[in-house]
Amino acid sequence: MTGDGAAVVAAVGAVAERIQAERDHLTELDSAIGDADHGGNMARGWAAAAEAARDLDDPDAETVAKTVGKTLMSEVGGASGPLFGGSLVFAAAELDGGVDAETAVAFAETYLEKVEDRGDARVGDQTMVDALTPAVHTFKKSIETDGLPPIEALAKAVDAAERGVAFTVPIRARKGRASYLGWRSVGHQDPGATSALFILEELLAVAAERLGVDAPRADATSPTIPDDDPDAEASDDSDAAPEGD
Amino acid sequence: MVGIVVVSHSERAAEGIAEIAAEMAGDTPIEPVGGDGKGGIGTVPDAIEAAIDAAAGGDESGGDPEDLDPVVVLVDLGSAVMNADVAVELSDAEAVIADAPVLEGAVNAAVAATDPSATVESVREQAEAARDVDKL
Repeated sequence: MTGDGAAVVAAVGAVAERIQAERDHLTELDSAIGDADHGGNMARGWAAAAEAARDLDDPDAETVAKTVGKTLMSEVGGASGPLFGGSLVFAAAELDGGVDAETAVAFAETYLEKVEDRGDARVGDQTMVDALTPAVHTFKKSIETDGLPPIEALAKAVDAAERGVAFTVPIRARKGRASYLGWRSVGHQDPGATSALFILEELLAVAAERLGVDAPRADATSPTIPDDDPDAEASDDSDAAPEGD
Repeated sequence: MVGIVVVSHSERAAEGIAEIAAEMAGDTPIEPVGGDGKGGIGTVPDAIEAAIDAAAGGDESGGDPEDLDPVVVLVDLGSAVMNADVAVELSDAEAVIADAPVLEGAVNAAVAATDPSATVESVREQAEAARDVDKL
């Protein structure tokens, strides 16, 4: 368990540094549609969380995740506290037993479920859900259906999140302060989704570093959106004749 | 007994609302909680959880769920609702958030809680009836 706990502490430290480095960028995104506090709030919260994680004495992964979640809840403020932090407090329980492919998928799914329920947000509302949903679905599919190693699944998840963030630009905000702007929210990238992407990118970087591999680049041409259509596999026959002609 | 918690972004607003509701509350415990814990505007889930536990008759570490009274939580705006939601999930006590205006809902809840047959549902229902109060 020691290895997993130390890995999570390292990941949280990397996230804190990244959010600090992106602080002005996040604030700029938030000032266009919100109250210009996302960068500062997240930087302060993650710095406190990284410190709290470092202060733990030989913790397991669950304890680190829970501590980080609790610290974010009390330090970030606004809706980002309960969304980023509160969800982590509850998802942490999935890491009881360490971090492996199976617990990581369970953790990711529980985290997304908590964010959706607490924020009452769905895909298309211009929130962090737009980055997290494709990322979590892609991660799960890559591991459970495609049998990819977790590090490659994570790389695909990051790629999916990146496109999810891009997806927030042309749509209209339905949740949070940006929703007060109505159609004027169109054309703006969501700060929360952007933060979620930065966090995932750092998780990937730290995981790759600890495994001693280069962070895999996701193949942009590969399908990363789970295909729930049961008839899908029958339709890819290249020699299938068009019907009715 | 059903306890009541009043959550506001402002600690002083929470205290003021609890003060008004207490006039109608008999010996019902009403716990105000609010502020970011550093003297500013905001809410903190841990503090709300502690207020729920106190209103439920528990101590700082919560308590045996069997011995705790149920609690109805009144909230003001936005992230206070989310933070109260986290606190309700964390607390050992049975707690529900009333979808009601915080001041009027707290007064209604206080009145309903003095009924000897009050339940968490009856108190929440009365708090939520405050949504339909006309003032003019």
